[in-house]
Amino acid sequence: MTVDSNRRDFFLRSCGGLTAVWLSAHWPALLSAASRAHTAAQSPAAAKLEFFTADQAKEIDAITARIIPTDETPGAREAGVVYFIDRALTTFAIGSQKTYREGLPEMQARTRETFAALDKFSAATPEQQDQILHSFDEQAAGDRRPYRTRAAGQSFFDTLRLHTIVAFLLDPDAGGDPNGVGWKVIDRERQHMFQPPFGYYDKNYPGWQPPSASDKAKS
Amino acid sequence: MIPEQPKYKNSDEVDFVVVGSGAAGGIIAKELSENGFRVVVLEQGPYLTEADFTHNEIKVLNEDLLTNHPELQPNTFRKTPSETAKAQRALVYGRLVGGTSVHFTANFWRLHEIDFVERTKLGPISGTGFSDWPITYADLEPYYTKVEWEIGVSGLTGASPFDPPRSKPYPMPPLPAKASGVIFEQAARKLGWNPFPAPMAILSQPRPGRGACINCGFCLAFGCEVGAKSSSLASAIRMAEKTGRCEIRPNSYVHRIELDANGRAAGAVYFDAQRNVHLQKAKAVVISANGAETPRLLLLSANKQFPNGLANSSGLVGKYLMLNSGAVAVGVFDQPLNDYKGFAVSRILHDFYELDSQKVGFYGGGGIDARFDITPIGFANGGLPPGTPTWGKEFKRTLAHNFTRTMEVMSHGTSLALESNSFSLDPELKDAWGLPALRMTYKDHPDDLKLATWLNSRALELLDAAGAQKKWSFPIEEQQFAVHLLGTCRMGNDAKTSVINADHRTHDVKNLFLCDGSSLVTSGRGQPTMTIEALAFRAADRIRDLAKRGELNA
Repeated sequence: MTVDSNRRDFFLRSCGGLTAVWLSAHWPALLSAASRAHTAAQSPAAAKLEFFTADQAKEIDAITARIIPTDETPGAREAGVVYFIDRALTTFAIGSQKTYREGLPEMQARTRETFAALDKFSAATPEQQDQILHSFDEQAAGDRRPYRTRAAGQSFFDTLRLHTIVAFLLDPDAGGDPNGVGWKVIDRERQHMFQPPFGYYDKNYPGWQPPSASDKAKS
Repeated sequence: MIPEQPKYKNSDEVDFVVVGSGAAGGIIAKELSENGFRVVVLEQGPYLTEADFTHNEIKVLNEDLLTNHPELQPNTFRKTPSETAKAQRALVYGRLVGGTSVHFTANFWRLHEIDFVERTKLGPISGTGFSDWPITYADLEPYYTKVEWEIGVSGLTGASPFDPPRSKPYPMPPLPAKASGVIFEQAARKLGWNPFPAPMAILSQPRPGRGACINCGFCLAFGCEVGAKSSSLASAIRMAEKTGRCEIRPNSYVHRIELDANGRAAGAVYFDAQRNVHLQKAKAVVISANGAETPRLLLLSANKQFPNGLANSSGLVGKYLMLNSGAVAVGVFDQPLNDYKGFAVSRILHDFYELDSQKVGFYGGGGIDARFDITPIGFANGGLPPGTPTWGKEFKRTLAHNFTRTMEVMSHGTSLALESNSFSLDPELKDAWGLPALRMTYKDHPDDLKLATWLNSRALELLDAAGAQKKWSFPIEEQQFAVHLLGTCRMGNDAKTSVINADHRTHDVKNLFLCDGSSLVTSGRGQPTMTIEALAFRAADRIRDLAKRGELNA
C-alpha cells in the first residue's frame, strides 16, 4: 500500500492542514477504543506479556520489525513496540483483539502459501518477510493473484501497521516509549518548550520589515 | 483548579441561561455577569482545566478527550436533500468548558469591510442565499478591538496593506516567525505579494494567570497547558467566574428550551451527568451551542406554537450551512525547519482576499498561510509525499528525513450560502440519550471548489518560488467534514429571510437570543472565531441594553 491509495479515503477539512487530512482518515475505526484508562499500557515496565503468548509475540515482533526496520538507526524492535501493543490490546485498543486473533493465523497462512517450507512469519528471512507483507499491499491494490483473499489478514496488517506507528511515535512523556527511540529517529527533540530560532531558515531572520522599494516594484 | 462560583437552584429564576461555554458563550457570560446579571452557563461537556490537558495523541485525537464523541453523538451525512443520509462522522467540535476555542488553531483575522456588504457590491448570485449583513464592519470594529485586548490576540499593526481600519493597535507583538513563516515571507515577496505576521489568539507575552506561548508544538487539536492559547476557558470564563455571579455548570446537556404560556422562553431543560432531567429557570435565554447544536436545539424544541422548530417561522433554522473552502499544499526543504516547534501559523497573506469575479470566472476570495500543524503520529500517517510506501525501510527513511523539513501552505476561502446545505434532525439515528442525531447535508457550490483550486495554485507557486525540494497538494474535493459551522441561524432584518435580528434576538421569541457561528450571513475568508467573539461582545451589549430597558420582561 502506498500513501496514495490511503489518500483516496481522505477528505479535506477546512480547519487545519495535514492534521485535518490525517484526522479524517482511518484512525478512529482502527483503534476503536474502549474507554478504560490506558496509562497501564504505557508504563515503562514492558517485559511481561498480557495478551500475546510468547510465540505470538515473536511473530508480532517480527512483523513490526519489517514495518519500521532496524538499520543505521533503531526501529520498532528497539522501541519495544511489541510490548506496547500487547498491553494496548488489554486496555485502550481492546476493541482490536479480534483483529489480532483472527488475523495472525491468516498472516501465517499467507507465509505458508508463499514459502511452502515456512510455518511462521518469524522463521522467514527479512527479504521473504517483506515479500509476504507486500502481498497484502498488492491485495489492497486490487491484484489478488496469486493469493487467496485473506480479509482478516489484511485488516490485521493495516491495524498492526498503525499500532506500530503509534507505539513508535507517541509522546514518550505522555505514555509512549519511555526511551523515546522513535522521536530520536525523526529528530523530534524531547522537551516541550522551545525558543526561536527553531530551524535553519529562521536562524538569521531580522524580523518582519515593511516591503522595500524593490519588492513593491514587483507587485 | 476550578474557581469558586455561585450555585443557583433550578427553581431560582436567574437573569440569563447561556447554553454553551465556547467562543461566544464564554464572552456573553462574562459580559452579562460583569454587568451585574446572574448567569448560569450550561455546558454539555466536562470542566477540564490545564492540568487535564496532555500531549497524548491517542487520548486527544482518537478518544476525543476534548471533542464530540462519535459513539455518544453519532451523526449522518448526505450531499443533497434527495438522498438518505448515512451514518458517518461529519463534524467535530469542542465538547468541554471553553468549547472549540480550547483546541482551535487560533488564527484570528478580522473580517474585512467587504465581507458585510458584498452582495450589494457584486449583485445576486443565482441559486444562493448570498446576502449582506444587517451590520457593517464599522459596527463590529470596537468589538474586534475588545477581543484583541480582553481575550488576547498577538499581531503586528499596519503590517498588511489589506487590513481594515482599526481603532487601536494589537495589545502585544506577534509570535516569533517560524522557519515556515520565513520561507513563506521570502517567497511571497519574490512573487510581489504582501505576507505579514499572522494575528493569533495566542499570548506572545504573559498576562495575569496566563503564560506566554512556550512553543511546545502540540497546539492545533490540543488544549494549552500554560493558558497561552486564548480559549474561552483561559480568558472569558475565568473573568465571568471572578464576578461571583456566574455559575458554569458542566455535564449539562440542554435538549429543550421551554416556553411559558405567553410564548416567552422560561428556561432550559437539560440532562445532568446522571441523565436526570432538570429545568433551569431564567428570565432570558442565550444559545451559543455552535452552528450545529444551536439549530438542533431549536429543532428539538418544537412545540404547538412552533411545530417546525422553535423560532423557526422563517423555516431557515439549520439552513445556509457554510464550512469555508480550503486546500492544503505541502513542501519539503533541504534543511531542517523544525516546524514542529511552536504554534501552527506565523505568516499569512491577504492579497487574494477579494478576487475580481469577472476576471477569474467565479465568486470568492481567501487567505493563504504558512503552517505546520501536525503531531508525529499524524505526520507518519498523513504527512508523507504521495507514493511513499507506508511501511519498511523507505517509509522510515522518508519519515525520518521529512519530519523536520516539511511545511504546509494552506488556503482558506469563502463558501456560498445554499439553502440545501444544512443541519437537521435525522429521522432514524438517535444519540446516546435517545434524541434525534444531527444530520448534515452539504455539497459545495462549484465556485467554492474553483476558488480552492485557484488558491491552491498560488500556494504551489509559492512553494516553487521558495525552492521546495518536493511539493504536492491534496485533491480538491467536495467537503464531507465540518469544523467551521457557519450560517445556520442567520442574522437579518427581515423575519422571513433570517432567524435573528441584528441584536441576535430571535424574530419569534423576544427573550431568546442566538450567538455563535450560526449567526454569520456570509462565511468570511476562513477564520471565523475572531468574528464570532466580536459578535458575542456586541450581542452582550445589545442584550444588556434591552434588559436594562425592561424589554425582556413580559
